[in-house]
Amino acid sequence: MHEPESHEGAPGVTAPGPESDPGHDHIHPAPGWFLTRYIFASDHKVIGIQFLFSGLIFFLVGGMLAMALRWQLAWPWKPMPILSRLLWAEPSLGYQMPPEFYNKLFTMHATIMIFFVIIPLLTGGFGNFLIPLMIGARDMAFPKLNMLSYWFMPPAMVLITYSFFVEGGSAEAGWTSYPPLAFARWATPGSLNGQTLWLLSLLFAGISSILGSINYITTIVMLRAPGMKLFRMPMTVWAMFITAILQAFALPVLTSALIMQTLDRVAGTNFFSPVGLTVANAPPVVGGGGPILYQHLFWFYSHPAVYVMILPAMGMVSDIIATFSRKPLFGYKPMVCAIAGIAGLGFIVWGHHMFQSGMNPALGATFMMSTMLIALPSAIKVFNWLGTMWGGRIQFTAAMLNAVGFVSMFIIGGLSGIFMAASPVDIHIHDTYFIVGHIHYVLFGGSTFAIFAAIHYWFPKIFGRMMNERLGMIHFFLTFIFFNGTFYLMHIVGMHGHPRRIADPTVYSYLQGAGVIGMNQFMTVNAFLLGFTQLIFVFNFLYSLAAGPKASENPWHANTLEWTTSSPPAHYNFERIPVVLHAPYEYSVPGVDEDFLPQTKPFPGGQRLEPAHS
Amino acid sequence: MWNFPLFPDQASSHASSIDALYFFEWAVAIFFSIVIGIAVVVLAVRYRSGSKVDRTNPPTHSQFMEAIWIAIPFVIGMVMFAWGAILFYDMYDPPGDALEVSVVGKQWMWYIQHAQGRAEINELHIPVGQAVKLTMTSQDVIHSFFVPAFRVKQDVLPGRYTSLWFQPTKPGRYHLFCAEYCGTNHSVMGGWVEVMEPAAYERWLTEGGSGPSMAEEGARLFLQHHCAGCHRDSVTVKAPRLEGVYGRPVPIQNGKDVSFVTADVAYIRDSILRPKSQVVAGYEPIMPSFEGQISETDLLKIIAYIKSLSGKEAVR
Ligand code: HEC
Ligand code: HEM
Ligand SMILES: [Cu+2]
Ligand SMILES: [Cu+2]
Repeated sequence: MHEPESHEGAPGVTAPGPESDPGHDHIHPAPGWFLTRYIFASDHKVIGIQFLFSGLIFFLVGGMLAMALRWQLAWPWKPMPILSRLLWAEPSLGYQMPPEFYNKLFTMHATIMIFFVIIPLLTGGFGNFLIPLMIGARDMAFPKLNMLSYWFMPPAMVLITYSFFVEGGSAEAGWTSYPPLAFARWATPGSLNGQTLWLLSLLFAGISSILGSINYITTIVMLRAPGMKLFRMPMTVWAMFITAILQAFALPVLTSALIMQTLDRVAGTNFFSPVGLTVANAPPVVGGGGPILYQHLFWFYSHPAVYVMILPAMGMVSDIIATFSRKPLFGYKPMVCAIAGIAGLGFIVWGHHMFQSGMNPALGATFMMSTMLIALPSAIKVFNWLGTMWGGRIQFTAAMLNAVGFVSMFIIGGLSGIFMAASPVDIHIHDTYFIVGHIHYVLFGGSTFAIFAAIHYWFPKIFGRMMNERLGMIHFFLTFIFFNGTFYLMHIVGMHGHPRRIADPTVYSYLQGAGVIGMNQFMTVNAFLLGFTQLIFVFNFLYSLAAGPKASENPWHANTLEWTTSSPPAHYNFERIPVVLHAPYEYSVPGVDEDFLPQTKPFPGGQRLEPAHS
Repeated sequence: MWNFPLFPDQASSHASSIDALYFFEWAVAIFFSIVIGIAVVVLAVRYRSGSKVDRTNPPTHSQFMEAIWIAIPFVIGMVMFAWGAILFYDMYDPPGDALEVSVVGKQWMWYIQHAQGRAEINELHIPVGQAVKLTMTSQDVIHSFFVPAFRVKQDVLPGRYTSLWFQPTKPGRYHLFCAEYCGTNHSVMGGWVEVMEPAAYERWLTEGGSGPSMAEEGARLFLQHHCAGCHRDSVTVKAPRLEGVYGRPVPIQNGKDVSFVTADVAYIRDSILRPKSQVVAGYEPIMPSFEGQISETDLLKIIAYIKSLSGKEAVR
């Protein structure tokens, strides 16, 4: 679009004047009572912070479970520091981790990381905090619904935590929870009560996300500040918007699958049990259902869900890279289309998780085709981030380092995805450590680095204090090194045939070679170092929260609306609703003194071409 | 020391062609990782703030460049797709002369039954060079039959038959895993595939005396479960003869219409466990259900018996 346009004549923007002053809207005072202000808050910023804190706490829990997993893989059945004394001191156990405990560990590690860390942090935490601020709104469209969406999480967290302590212990059917293993009561000790609690907990977490997504969609459609046209929205908002749509369409399917499985467990229905099924000498059930049906329902949700875990990260990284490259985002519109494309394709690729389930090759080939196509929008994103850095004036803050780390690690994760998209190759590497490598390159190398970047970047806005840059950089470099040390070799042992979800690789002479054992130990050492490195982050976070230097309104000289209000923003976000005059990425504009131009600041000379982001 | 073969043995006819695709993917992945990795580092160093480089006209968009980086991955992706699809189809259809072996998975072992009668646990003996087709089912939860050296993996489901075929090309002992997580002792659910010279295989089959074959066992069970009472020349009950049924289209009464289904293993299994779900046209639905009364292993034997009748002519 090249049509000339003055900022005052933009459609939907009226000149700020006495009669149409958008700043004269109704401002609610901040609630005075502690409970409504900080606990049962309806302010999107407080809710965002609630999600942020609960997500980070569960991140620590999930991380510790992972270290216990790695211990067992490197030194199978060797007494583990602390846990062995605490849990397995009985003579019958002899300080060894029982295999079902290992199974609980990987089940709960993945469940917690996905449903209680990454999704709540990205959509709940950053989505809540940033959407209204970035589009110039005073709050979400439905603040009470927003509060409800957070308050569906604590029951989920309590149930999942409580499940560790019930008879039989927590769930141990894997985060995918395939029936019949998951519902046959006696299939595993954890399917006694733990699995039921797991199902209920996930139901609560899912409802929380559904409520949130409705709110995000409505807010972004209805509450944009004057002049905030769709194609003037920052990438973060675009990504949150499309993510919310994904959630709104995919989550009901997961919810139904979870309810069906719950009924199969507690009410004797037979949605997923084949005729006459009997597990572990239990009396046969009537049956008539299909175990594969569950897999289809689960992956119909869970493939879109992996994009729920990466799209917001991509959006935030786009904003961070543009800000610190002091350059407009390369190819803004292709970037938006790429996100939409990934989301759209995301609904028709779920079968790639089931190539080996015995599906007809015609169906398998169809899923293979759609999965291959996902590589295209992913490539657009990667190359456009590089294009953004090209010719920039790059400032290597901790946030920027993490964002660049995201880009380079996401590439590896995306490329390993291509291996698995080709079904004959996938049939060999499915359910091996290759998949575990892939998952972690996208979810740790991708989503988690983006979360670190976003925390360093928006911390000043959220808490009004700066984080320590030096600690941030040390944390980044160490995390980057140990992350690759932990996960890269998984591709190699996976290709070699090392299955995933096994408590003891050394029972197979095949995996007893010094090479495999050595690699497993190397990965474990790195995993522990990776875990300990996070203490630097915890320290930096807590210390800066209490004693970091006070942040100015716009410490990074960024353009988007959240940086035009105080740090932290007042309860009502903006003194007056801002009027948006141009796209969010006007960095280093010729003729402007500074190298940035906030969305509310007119171009010198008043007139100017709408930036042509073809 | 370093005794880590990077890749598992290539011991089946598929292995080398799958590995070829795999290496192609590695080449693509390594190429792009390196190119992009270098680009990230070069851009980061060259355009760091403070470095004195020419920054005039830094591009902010370019349709031409977008087109290029859509086109290149598209072409590569489609090559992989076509290549993968051909292999995928190839791996699906077993050749007609494949040796048939039945597999039953249960928590936490593999029960394997050869047509000639010999059964084994957690071991599979097969002759080299001969295509083998496994017909598999599970007695409880989902398992997955995985032999890395053959590059094959197939889920094994309760209440259903899935099949898998491969053609071993090298004698030797190869690991067999259960790849689908199946509960507490999943990690020890595995075993060995022993690929033997054909003569050695023949000897192995008859070792320990030649017991009854699967079909002979099935014939015994056919009597024991009173199938024969109806299905062999009964005067009181009208039931179809089972000779020649296997592999043929069977007319099924569908309300007022008749439709045809092919009598494969899944159909015969259903006829025994759920006879009312598909009633042969012209017969009354009087066959009782044997659900819960015949174990998976016995079921496979009865089916082997019915299959063995397929050579004989039906008296319909
Ligand atoms: C009470 C008599 C009776 C008994 C006992 C019986 N069947 Fe049947 N069977 C029938 C009748 C009648 C039909 C045809 C109607 C139908 O499809 O249900 C039939 C159909 C079948 C078919 C499908 C045949 C076709 O032409 O498609 C198979 C296979 C079969 N039976 C196997 C068995 C086996 C194996 C047993 C023993 C475990 C068994 N039956 C026991 C009466 C019986
Ligand atoms: C280019 C993009 C991608 C492609 C082509 C791709 C492809 C695949 C395929 C084919 C599988 C199934 C492998 C198997 O089980 O055999 C898979 C698994 C998985 N992918 Fe991706 N993927 C991509 C990106 C992502 C992203 C961005 C995420 C998350 C942020 C992700 C998360 C996962 C997870 C969690 C699994 C494993 C699920 C499980 O079995 O536990 N992937 N991917
Ligand atoms: Cu997927
Ligand atoms: Cu298993």
